[in-house]
Parts: sequence; structure tokens; C-alpha cells
Amino acid sequence: MSAEDTLLYLDGVSVSFDGFRALNNLSLTMMPGEMRAIIGPNGAGKTTMMDVITGKTRPDHGTILFEGETDLTKLREAGIANLGIGRKFQRPTVFEPHTVWDNLELALKAPRRPLNTLTYAIGRDDRTRIEEILDITRLSPKRDRLAGSLSHGEKQWLEIGMLLAQDPKLLLVDEPVAGMTDAETEQTARLLCDIAGKHSVIVVEHDMSFVRALGVKVTVLAEGSVLAEGSLDSVSANQQVIDVYLGR
Amino acid sequence: MLTRFFLMGLDRKAGLVLTVLALLAVLVPVMTLVVPEGSPWHLSIFSVSLLGKYLCFALLALALDLVWGYVGILSLGHAAFFALGGYAMGMYLMRQIGPRGVYGNPILPDFMVFLNWKELPWYWLGFDHFAFAALMVLVVPGALAFAFGWFAFRSRVTGVYLSIITQALTFALLLAFFRNDMGFGGNNGLTDFKEILGYDIQAPGTRVGLFLATVAALALSYMIASGIIASKLGKVLVAIRDTESRVRFLGYDTESYKLFAWTLSACMAGVAGALYVPQVGIINPSEFAPASSIEAVIWVAVGGRGTLAGAILGAVLVNFGKSYFTGALPELWLFALGGLFVLVTLFLPKGLLGLWAQLTARLPSGKGKRVPNGKTADQKGM
Repeated sequence: MSAEDTLLYLDGVSVSFDGFRALNNLSLTMMPGEMRAIIGPNGAGKTTMMDVITGKTRPDHGTILFEGETDLTKLREAGIANLGIGRKFQRPTVFEPHTVWDNLELALKAPRRPLNTLTYAIGRDDRTRIEEILDITRLSPKRDRLAGSLSHGEKQWLEIGMLLAQDPKLLLVDEPVAGMTDAETEQTARLLCDIAGKHSVIVVEHDMSFVRALGVKVTVLAEGSVLAEGSLDSVSANQQVIDVYLGR
Repeated sequence: MLTRFFLMGLDRKAGLVLTVLALLAVLVPVMTLVVPEGSPWHLSIFSVSLLGKYLCFALLALALDLVWGYVGILSLGHAAFFALGGYAMGMYLMRQIGPRGVYGNPILPDFMVFLNWKELPWYWLGFDHFAFAALMVLVVPGALAFAFGWFAFRSRVTGVYLSIITQALTFALLLAFFRNDMGFGGNNGLTDFKEILGYDIQAPGTRVGLFLATVAALALSYMIASGIIASKLGKVLVAIRDTESRVRFLGYDTESYKLFAWTLSACMAGVAGALYVPQVGIINPSEFAPASSIEAVIWVAVGGRGTLAGAILGAVLVNFGKSYFTGALPELWLFALGGLFVLVTLFLPKGLLGLWAQLTARLPSGKGKRVPNGKTADQKGM
């Protein structure tokens, strides 16, 4: 497949840590507007894959292109984020000493240099946008609460809200429903599906019912490379997948 | 835009700090120059310079709190920037001595004549102008901090490793400034100053003027710092302190933010040093001693890290204690200082200001009204 039309293009990406191959010749493509679920056993390389895409880890080999032309392996985290790649961590990571509102304000798409932020004064557009996101994530009543005082599920939503505020072209979401109740899980699935209309999303998840609720193409990772790809039903029927992952 | 910036930082706490400083600026000159010497309300010139010295330390503490309290950079070498600012001012004061030195050389300071130097080294040129020296007070510490921070932050040196190299930085400068052939007076440093801006440096009026300049510098720095903390930039800094990697993934170049705060802080420390030197009358390499920087950290911890006002309070109180102890029980001072640090770390993690916030939240206030148990607005901020 050519890299030209893709949003994200990984070809032959390998990473080793002290001889352990976390990613082994991984190849994966994402089209603009696509939503993809990544599943796989522990140690399959899911989080490492997110690390190499977002610049946290440099790959030993391989190509990673964004929008068919920008080489992500040459950029640092902030540069990659500013291209339009947002990331949500497995453990909810919000700025606890700041209010919900300030968290969103910090994430909101705006010039990022120190002088810009020193002189920043919130305008009407930004205010409206933050209020929209507060509504979407159901955090409106808690806008003045400190993020540190939110419940686990609320922190997850706040972080998703921060991703929305960044308005990235591609969202990487690591285990968004870990530790959530069933009702929260369902709401989160709906939230992500809403987002997927305007953005491309990669979701890493263990929770099979959640992946089913998303109803999107699934990529199964094992030992650092792609084992299978397709609808959840087709990969669930794949004997190899059953052996390494589902069958356990 | 500038007014908006300063207004942003003006909360109740800032109002209190600025009011106290304004009171000092009125009371101290009156008590020294107007109130007659016999009166119990008279303040001696010695006390004015002592107070001025405390406020210089308070400015150093404020600078340190900006990077430690809000960005999480524990500098164990901030006294280096203080001393560099002090040396820049000292060099100006040396050149002002002119032919009144012991050797009567109109150009060369005494220690250079003593070393048999024939010419002024190039890096002493320009220091006969106050404006140039004042610029260097900002530029020299700022440039060193920028260069140091550039390499340290780019290489992602953080935490205790960064603290250790800041300590190494000040120790290296200590050794360098001890050398006679560096041209900064070696062991003895710079002293015997006569005049500043044409005024006799010993005259009561000059002393009071220097005190007022220190109050003004502290007030201005406080307003700059609290304006920054209240701005979006300040929120980014606090976010970096707690979860730097998350801030990076939001697209902020965290290194340039740290560099900004670090360099600004070094410039403030330089100003503090420059105001300190004419008031104590000497600058020598001992200011670079690692212990000086560590003492500054203790001031901030005692007052309350990450509160700005606490840094000022801590610096003044601890130094007041030091003046008292080193007079009354000189051999006990270091034990008291060490004990204080241990106590604060164990029992007052938020320093005196944190204690105050706790007490006002717990105790019944004014008219028997109980403040609800829970977070008060003050605690929320910390």
C-alpha cells in the first residue's frame, strides 16, 4: 500500500529494550477519519506502539509517516502533538492542582509558545468551545472543581475532553474504560463514536464488550507485530488469535 | 496589556504583601531620618542595612520559589546567580573608588595594583558606568542560567540530578572566584566601596535610598512572579511540575517553559545580589559556597514552597533568627538551622503559610462562625 493517502503509515517498525523486542517489524496503516481498535495480550507492544507514534520512544528501524509525508521519527513529543496527534494515557493523567476548566483551557488548540501563553486572554470562541466540551463530557457542573478531586471515571472523561480541546487529526486512546462501571463504559463508547466522525481514532482496549460496542475494524497485536486484522467477529474466529489471546 | 498582566496577579495575598512593603517604605525612612536618635522609635542605620539585607535574601527566596515551588526545579545553586549580580555591582563600586584607593591608582582597583597588573582586564571595561553595570546585573546571571538551562533541560536532566549539577555549578564558581588571577579580588573579593551614583555609600540618606530600592525591587519582582503564576503560562508551569510528559503530549515545548522561568529567576537573584553588596559593603567568593544556596532552600521551605509570599516570610524570619542566634549563641546556630529544616520537612510540608491556612480553616473565625470542614479557597490554590 502506498503511504500517500494514509493518515498514519507504519512500516517495518522495530524497537528493542535491552534485547527484548517490544515491536517486531510492525506495519499498520490508518486512513483519514478511520477508527481502529487494537487488542492483544499484555506485552504485545500496544503501548510501545503509541510511544513510537507520539515520539516518546525512538524506533530502532522502520518508517512512521503522518499524512503520507511527515516523518515522525525525527520529531520530539511537542512537535508531534502540534501536528495533530493527541494521546490519552492508560492511567488518567490530568493536571490535578488545576480546575476542570483550566485543564481544558491548557489543552485547547492555541499557540503554544511561552510568550503566547503569558499574554493569553480567553476570547469568546475559546470560551464557547470549552463550554461545548464540558457539555459533551458531562463535566459542566464540575467546571470549577480541582481535577484532582474528580472520580476515576470523570478524570477519564476530562482527559478525553482535553483531547477534544486539542482538536487533533488523530487520537490515540489507551484503555479508556479501565476501572469504569458498565454504565460509564457504555457512555464512553458513545462518546468515542461521536468523536470518530470528525477525527481518526486508535483505541487500545482489553475490554471485549467495549470493543464490540465500538463496532470498528480490529487489529490484533502479538509479540510486537500484527497477528490479524478485520472485524471483531472475523478475528475472534481466527485460530491463531484464539491461541495467543482470546482462548486464554 | 502590561496593566492587565499585573492586575491578574493581584489577589488578596498579593495585596497584603504589597501593603506590608509599602508600610516599610514609609516607616523605615521616617524612623531613621526624622525620628530623633534618643527616641525609642528611632531606627539605627545599622538596622536599616540589616533589614535591607533581609529583603535582598527575600528576593533571592522569591526567585527560588518561582522555579522550585512552581516548576519543581530544586536549585541548590541559586546563590551563584545572586553572587554574580553582586560581583557586577561590586565591580561598578570598585571603579567608583577612583584615586581614593590605598595605592591611589585612578583606574586600577587596589588588588590589581598589588598584583602588579598594568592594565584593566577587558571584562572590567564599561563597569565605570552605572547603566552598564546594572545591565550586567541582569545579563550575566541570566546568560549563565540560559546556557546552563539550555543544556540541562534539553538533555532532560531532572530531579535530584539537576539539583546536584546546580550545586556543582556554584562550587565551580566558588573555586574560580577564589583565584587571584581571575581578576575579581580573589579571596578578599571586592570591598572598601566609597560612592554609589555619586552619593557617599556610608551616609544615612544613601543607606535609606538603598533600602527603598530593595523594597521596590522586591515589590516589582513579586508582582511579576504573581502575574506569571496567574497567567496561562503559570498554569503550564505548574502542570510541568506535576506531570511534565503529559504537558509535552499536549504540544507544549516544556524545555522552553522551564528555560523561561529559570532564566527569569536567575535575573531576579542577580538583582538581589546587586542590592545586597552596597548594603553589606563587601562581596567575596564565600557567597558562592554551596551552603548559601542550601540556606536559601531552607528559607523557602520554612515559609511555604509554592506560595511566593511564604518565601519572603521565610527568608526574613530565618535570617532574623540567624542574626539573633549568631549574636547570642553562635555555636548553636547551625544546629538550630538544621533542626528547623528537619522540623519543617516532617511537620510543616507546606511551611508557615500552609500552617496558617490550616489554622484559619480549622479554628472558629471572628464571630463564632465555623468555616466548613473541607477545602477553603486558600487551600485550593496550593
